[in-house]
Amino acid sequence: MGEPVKSSDAAADNQAIVSREIRDIEEGYRAALSAGQPAETQPRIDYAPYRSSILRHPTKSLHHADPETIELYSPAFGHQDVHALESNLTIQHGGEPLGERMVLRGKVLDGDGRPVAGQLVEIWQANSAGRYIHKRDQHPAPLDPNFTGVGRCITGPDGSYEFLTIKPGAYPWKNHLNAWRPAHIHFSLFGTEFTQRIVTQMYFPGDQLFPLDPIYQSIVDQDARDRLVARYNHDLTSPEWALGYEWDIVLTGPKRTWTENEAYGEQGDNE
Amino acid sequence: MSRSLIPTPGQTVGPFFGYALPFAKGGELVPPGSPNSVQLHGTVYDGNGTPIPDALIEIWQADENGNVVSETGSLVRDGYTFTGWGRIPAGNTGKYVFTTVNPGATEPGKAPFFAVAIFARGLMNRLFTRVYLPEDSEALEKDALLSSLEPARRKTLIAERLADGSLHWDIRLQGEDETVFLDFNSEA
Ligand SMILES: [Fe+2]
Repeated sequence: MGEPVKSSDAAADNQAIVSREIRDIEEGYRAALSAGQPAETQPRIDYAPYRSSILRHPTKSLHHADPETIELYSPAFGHQDVHALESNLTIQHGGEPLGERMVLRGKVLDGDGRPVAGQLVEIWQANSAGRYIHKRDQHPAPLDPNFTGVGRCITGPDGSYEFLTIKPGAYPWKNHLNAWRPAHIHFSLFGTEFTQRIVTQMYFPGDQLFPLDPIYQSIVDQDARDRLVARYNHDLTSPEWALGYEWDIVLTGPKRTWTENEAYGEQGDNE
Repeated sequence: MSRSLIPTPGQTVGPFFGYALPFAKGGELVPPGSPNSVQLHGTVYDGNGTPIPDALIEIWQADENGNVVSETGSLVRDGYTFTGWGRIPAGNTGKYVFTTVNPGATEPGKAPFFAVAIFARGLMNRLFTRVYLPEDSEALEKDALLSSLEPARRKTLIAERLADGSLHWDIRLQGEDETVFLDFNSEA
């Protein structure tokens, strides 16, 4: 790395500078694609437009490992861990949170299309004004006393999850001057194997902030980015109640050879 | 292996997971002070050698006898069921500590290790790694992953046993002594 290391949170650059870096990286990727390089499906961990990543990404390439015993299984979660009401983010306080009420539904699948049953899904998000309940969130938007923005559920036998929440607002951050994150919901997911563990973010269709956001853009492939965008589904929208969004998640793998029982999803049924 | 679906991309955990992911006794796989309990502890550093205050570390391990357990209840610990899984945020000084037991060898002659996942603001995707117990040098010598690494890299994956019986293991996301991070998904 020839350049001096930039301070990670200095907000020294403006959007035009960051957007140019984003564009340059994307052009490089497109050129590589047309030269026959394979499409990238994950974010770049070395992605300088996201300033905090500069000192926090490994510079040596990840080392290939064949997963061993413990890595071929996943921690187990069940209804001792998560109460059914934790999937409803609108009833955690005395009153209704402000904002657009929304139902969010989808499935957790493995790379072979098998449902990931009986597994933990955790979400967190800003409120409708774009503010998190977190001491480090200094955005001068109002907190909502009726909204914490945290939910959990256990997937059903078909890998399905469902949350009732409110649509989060966009919010500013200090990556660069006038940096704003597109509205998103953070997701944490487990598979049937430790190697499938993933944390990600779900976005909303048509957000004008997509081209400007270095976190979204750290995924350089447009098809891959699209996999993080929920679909509005009017059939899931309930009259005079809530808008409906749908988003499926696909995990890597599996690596383990499955027994017949597991393949039919019995693992998740018996709790 | 045929893959019908392309995996969803990861994204950074960001700075605001504090109300969502940490939970009471997240780092206590066994109650502190219980027989055979050991601490696994260390510090998470960035490429300047500065401790990172907003990382999250998860471990997943076999029990003392090398059995992979499938007990639920990690998020609401009952105080006696060993679930094998823990999660703890690094503190303001980048330090983390788990109270657990030494994992046993999952097969005779195998080197016991903890599977580890690391998340942080600024880290685009989670990182996987392992931390091995230092004792069984013969098993460590034979281990497939360790023997594929140069000695200087190998030692980043082996915990140090301190005089008090605890295991010390630092995580370096970048730099000279960068921890070895693992890719399970590409073909060898
Ligand atoms: Fe966020």
